[in-house]
Amino acid sequence: MRFGIVVFPGSNCDHDCYWGLKHDLAYEVNFLWHRQKDLVGSDCIILPGGFAHGDYLRAGAIARFSPIMEEVVKHAHNGKPVIGICNGFQVLTEIGLLPGALLKNNTLSFIHKPVTLRIEHRDSLFTRSYKTNAVIELPIAHGQGRYYASDEVIAELQSENRILFRYSSPKGELSSAWNPNGSLLDIAGICNAAGNIMGMMPHPERRMNQQLGGVDGRAIFQGVAQAFA
Amino acid sequence: MKALVYITPKADILDPQGKAVGSALQDLGYEGVDEVKVGRYVTLQLKSQPVDQAKAQVEDMCRKLLANINVETFRVEITED
Repeated sequence: MRFGIVVFPGSNCDHDCYWGLKHDLAYEVNFLWHRQKDLVGSDCIILPGGFAHGDYLRAGAIARFSPIMEEVVKHAHNGKPVIGICNGFQVLTEIGLLPGALLKNNTLSFIHKPVTLRIEHRDSLFTRSYKTNAVIELPIAHGQGRYYASDEVIAELQSENRILFRYSSPKGELSSAWNPNGSLLDIAGICNAAGNIMGMMPHPERRMNQQLGGVDGRAIFQGVAQAFA
Repeated sequence: MKALVYITPKADILDPQGKAVGSALQDLGYEGVDEVKVGRYVTLQLKSQPVDQAKAQVEDMCRKLLANINVETFRVEITED
């Protein structure tokens, strides 16, 4: 099982992903420079957080045209796993691998704090290693994380069980008080219809080690790795 | 010739930036303002070419890169100067 982490100019969570996957979970992992056109045998691609290409124009708008993205799209269309975290989620929506868009937070501020998330179900590659009805804590760090999609897309996400993570209270209750950025339906993470592409705003790679605040992020990567075991 | 591109949030999309500017204008005493939307303005210096062709090409650029048509609308003007 090999994870490949795409590095754009301006990525800044690439090393967090690398360290957590390699040292905390002992997986094979390598960086993939954005001008590269070879995924060097990576089984799962991670688009990490940061400010790819300075977030110029819109977050993720320019990163989608980096040469490596053509290979990432092929990889995704072949049904292989792709994870977009924060800025990576924004890139996945810009390139059309996931529906909707991430807009400026309704608070108008950059929000950096731990949030609690409800795992909606365990019937996905990315959530199957969590316990049933789990509520986890992960940090968010974004200025543009308000998930928006048309009514039709939202209805589709709901009917196909493609909402995987929602902002909630520590007991799993939903209310605007626990929604940090104004996302529709408290959405923090979704997947595509085939279930191999996942995007989320919170940062699981920052919760891979007890000394760094917890290990609630691990199960996402463990779930994917089990599929290759 | 030049292309002027105006990109604004779609009407039904919450624009917190516009809202914040709107309430600041209220605070300044401008009571005649109902709604503010904040967008982007992009200018492109183009090689001389037929206006229709230039407009079609810039609209294509908007759909591909300059705007996110899920959440934004755009308008392109071509000028001769």
